[in-house]
Amino acid sequence: MAGRGSPLRNLLYVVPALLLLAVFIVYPVIRTIQNSFTTGRGLQEKFVGLDNYVTLLTADPLFLDLSFPPSGAVFNNVLWVFLYTGLCIALGMTIAVLADRVRYESLVKSIVFLPMAISATAIGVIWLLVYSPDPTIGLVNAVVGTVGITPIALLGRPDTVNFAIIIAAVWAGAGFAMVIFSAAIKSIPAEIMEAARVDGATERQIFRRITLPMISLPVAVVAVTLVINVIKVFDIIYVMTAGGPGGASRVIAYTFFRETFESSKPGYGSAVAVLMLLLIIPIMAFNIRRFRTTAVVR
Amino acid sequence: MSGPIEQALPLEVRRKGLSARLAWLTGRGALHVTLIFLAIVWLLPSLGLAITSIRPRDDILSTGWWTWFVQPRITFENYQAVFSGAGIGQSLLNSLYITVPATILPVVIGALAAYGFAWLRFPFRDTIFLVIVGMMVVPIQAALVPTLQIFNTLGLTSGYVGIWLAHTAFGLPFAIFLLRNFFVQLPPDLIEAAQMDGASSLGIFRRIVVPLSVPAIASLVVFQFLGVWNDLLMALVFVQNPSQLPLTVQITSLLGTYASEFSLLSAASFVLMFVPLIVFLSLQRYFVRGITAGSVK
Repeated sequence: MAGRGSPLRNLLYVVPALLLLAVFIVYPVIRTIQNSFTTGRGLQEKFVGLDNYVTLLTADPLFLDLSFPPSGAVFNNVLWVFLYTGLCIALGMTIAVLADRVRYESLVKSIVFLPMAISATAIGVIWLLVYSPDPTIGLVNAVVGTVGITPIALLGRPDTVNFAIIIAAVWAGAGFAMVIFSAAIKSIPAEIMEAARVDGATERQIFRRITLPMISLPVAVVAVTLVINVIKVFDIIYVMTAGGPGGASRVIAYTFFRETFESSKPGYGSAVAVLMLLLIIPIMAFNIRRFRTTAVVR
Repeated sequence: MSGPIEQALPLEVRRKGLSARLAWLTGRGALHVTLIFLAIVWLLPSLGLAITSIRPRDDILSTGWWTWFVQPRITFENYQAVFSGAGIGQSLLNSLYITVPATILPVVIGALAAYGFAWLRFPFRDTIFLVIVGMMVVPIQAALVPTLQIFNTLGLTSGYVGIWLAHTAFGLPFAIFLLRNFFVQLPPDLIEAAQMDGASSLGIFRRIVVPLSVPAIASLVVFQFLGVWNDLLMALVFVQNPSQLPLTVQITSLLGTYASEFSLLSAASFVLMFVPLIVFLSLQRYFVRGITAGSVK
């Protein structure tokens, strides 16, 4: 058995990491939870109980507005969860399945995966160019202009802004789903596919009866990762619209930044951060459980 | 008797009649058309930015970037402009000053810890490790303000030490997770034999574990490097000296000043993308492994 040294000396290997995690993650998270029950702001800090949460959930239409049609950061985040996660999975799966059958597979996969390497700041600028309302600059308006549609300021209208940003994020994120699905598809034994073909199964039947069931776990794992991305999404919105127009494209993580640093309400912002943490906790539990069932524990 | 197309057909299609062959070939045609269409759609947005960045400003203002293929005029004036007037040169250096230490620190500290969690014995080892697995998804937002207060108290917001420490702490859970999972799979015989020969645990770490784990360490280095290089949120909060801003923050402030001046924005953004593109093109395999390691075990 490895690790015969004294337990105390062994501990030295993990102490630097544990110290950093304690000082810069554990302690600050506890402080944030405490701050969420106050007004924030150093000396004038006042305990306000649950006021921040009550205001946030009942009296801040930019955060949560349940009148019809619903709007606000929480609702936008729900839209993100369905559209961003759904489209990334659908497109990632389509490209992975199709590319698996051609010789130029690695080229197509590289092109789709490339945006994963790029900063959300640059992705924002790239898509500001794509969506420019000026049809001599923006590709989208140039294309719709050829069929006689007048230029649309996709990022300037409350009814289109969220969809426009989500499309940009899908462009950046689908490659992640694609590489994971692609690896999973290639791990299916070729004999199973061959046997099905010999028995006369169509390609569609093979996909539904063999491929799909065998990659259902990767789909779940990708979905969880994408939902984490959605809960944390901030940069691309900050760059493309700064939450506008009129707060129409705010999400929870953006609201945190806005309230904390631009409206100078750190107590209120802390309450938003705590809500983010609460949304993440089920995912945390999922990760730990999945790890415990698969891990090699010595 | 049969041409190359004929030979490319699967056996069961070749055996059937003409209509089956036609159906198979149109199926292949649709497959290629769909894939090539998707690839072009995926390429267009970044291609537009790249072409815009090398077009003369007058061209950018008068015609779309796609007309460049008809009138391919090239200039580097946009790049000269961002390097001389928009502070992009300094920001490029600042990004490096931030990224290099914020990559080395979590990799080294994380590797030592991962070795401890994989091969050494100490109390509550596996429990602590599970807590660290949980920390991988903690949103930075939940720690941002109190961390800023710590840095303000210690005077760490005027240099890079604060942001190095913050990136190190938030990079550590994934670093430890990735490397521990790799270290655990190293052959135990090798490590036990070294112990028999009287090697110290640090010696085993340096001479056996690290050399055998180069692929995993490379994936982590690429992943952490790009994560820090591309970060906007921490840099916005922890770097407060205007002459020390990294590229991401500098570009967002250009956006505020030159809202739709795409000659400058495209060149500046391409400078920001340049390093990740090089890393991606040269180390793609490690990059993909690093990104997928967190999700697929």
